[in-house]
Amino acid sequence: MGIYTFPVMLVGGIGLLAGVILAAASKFFAVEVDERATKIRECLPGANCGGCGFAGCDDYAANLIANPDLPTNLCPVGGAAVAQKISEIMGVSFEAATPKHAVVHCNGTCQNTKYAIDYEGPQTCAACNTMFGGRGTCNFGCIGFGDCVAACQYDAIHIVDGVAVVDPENCIACGACARACPKGLITMIPETSQIYVSCSSKAKGAVTRQACSVGCIACRKCEKSCPSGAITVNNNVASIDPEKCTNCGLCMSQCPTGAIRNVMYCDGNPANTAAHD
Amino acid sequence: MKELMIILFSAILVNNYPLSKFLGICPFLGVSKKLDSAVGMSAAVIFVMLMATAATWPIYDMLLEPNGLAYLQTIVFILVIAALVQLVETILKKYVPALYKALGVYLPLITTNCAVLGVTVLNITENYNFVESMVNSLGAGLGFMLAMVLFAGVRTRLENIDAPKYFQGLPITLLAASLVSASFIGFSGVVDGLFM
Repeated sequence: MGIYTFPVMLVGGIGLLAGVILAAASKFFAVEVDERATKIRECLPGANCGGCGFAGCDDYAANLIANPDLPTNLCPVGGAAVAQKISEIMGVSFEAATPKHAVVHCNGTCQNTKYAIDYEGPQTCAACNTMFGGRGTCNFGCIGFGDCVAACQYDAIHIVDGVAVVDPENCIACGACARACPKGLITMIPETSQIYVSCSSKAKGAVTRQACSVGCIACRKCEKSCPSGAITVNNNVASIDPEKCTNCGLCMSQCPTGAIRNVMYCDGNPANTAAHD
Repeated sequence: MKELMIILFSAILVNNYPLSKFLGICPFLGVSKKLDSAVGMSAAVIFVMLMATAATWPIYDMLLEPNGLAYLQTIVFILVIAALVQLVETILKKYVPALYKALGVYLPLITTNCAVLGVTVLNITENYNFVESMVNSLGAGLGFMLAMVLFAGVRTRLENIDAPKYFQGLPITLLAASLVSASFIGFSGVVDGLFM
């Protein structure tokens, strides 16, 4: 019997000792977790999309506790409902977030622009962008392999006719597509503003004109026509300040190339595009 | 001193754990997608390997061998390493949050990783004394880090290649791993020459 009892006792004893030490350690070295963090984490949707600017829902919850001045309305997925719950837990006044959605500042569809090279490499925008800055005649436009589509968790962006188009109904403005786009074509604008510049070409007007029929040629007609001074032309491309824009649409009618568009007509349907033209 | 240097460098280059002994392949393939997570994982492996050796060598030398229980080494080592990593994790969480944040995610992953268990068992098999065992563990950890960093570089390149459909993903990764492994054969015999 002796040859069995000692090994069994030894292994059992080591196991027991380890168990006791671990139990004691978990008591003595316990880290107090702020229960508000757990509560906030339960409120958050758990999409872990990074739209708030932190590494995930857990990280946002931890940062809210660590830094009470942090806005409670950063979660784009949960929106106002979640922001209100967090504000209640944190005991701060609630401030509704302006809902946003993504827009693609390019309208270089197959009709409007052409391919300059016959690209046969890996079918991703990031890879294609390393070759002469994309396959199209415009060096600033949408490459169209859909890195943004792959990044989107909400089925809110698609490649239609060679260019990325956002579906505002599904978009929650997490910004994943904007981070994935090697051209930086995608920005988040408030849901209330509908007019946007569908071009990002920083090339001179004549060059843009040759590359694409709907590019911004920086003629400044929109800048002059805007009654609220919301449009500025910088680096050969117009940009609209959503804070000042009143959605009057005057710039759209002034634009000679149709580079300023209304998100409502941008579902990629040619009929809709024609209607706005 | 010369023997220790030989042990250290042969553990890093010649007997590289993932690439020559094929231990710890799971984290080698799993966590090598990005350089920063590869470095974090390797740091955790070095840390755990050193701690595991420091704990298991005395247990074997003083408890198991004198009682003729050497056959129990695998199960006892697993038990001790698992408990130890758990304990260290709790202590780090309390006193060194910065280190816990850097290594914390990887610690449970390598609790009973075969590379960690392998290094403790091989220390016994090779009849190393305590200092030699520690040096060997350090070398094994550094070798793991070298392999991870090299392979993370290879893998970031693999992301951008146009592989045939049936080679995409894991197959092409395994092919790349075998090439990196084959290149390490070139180191055999180097260490003896280094310290002549």
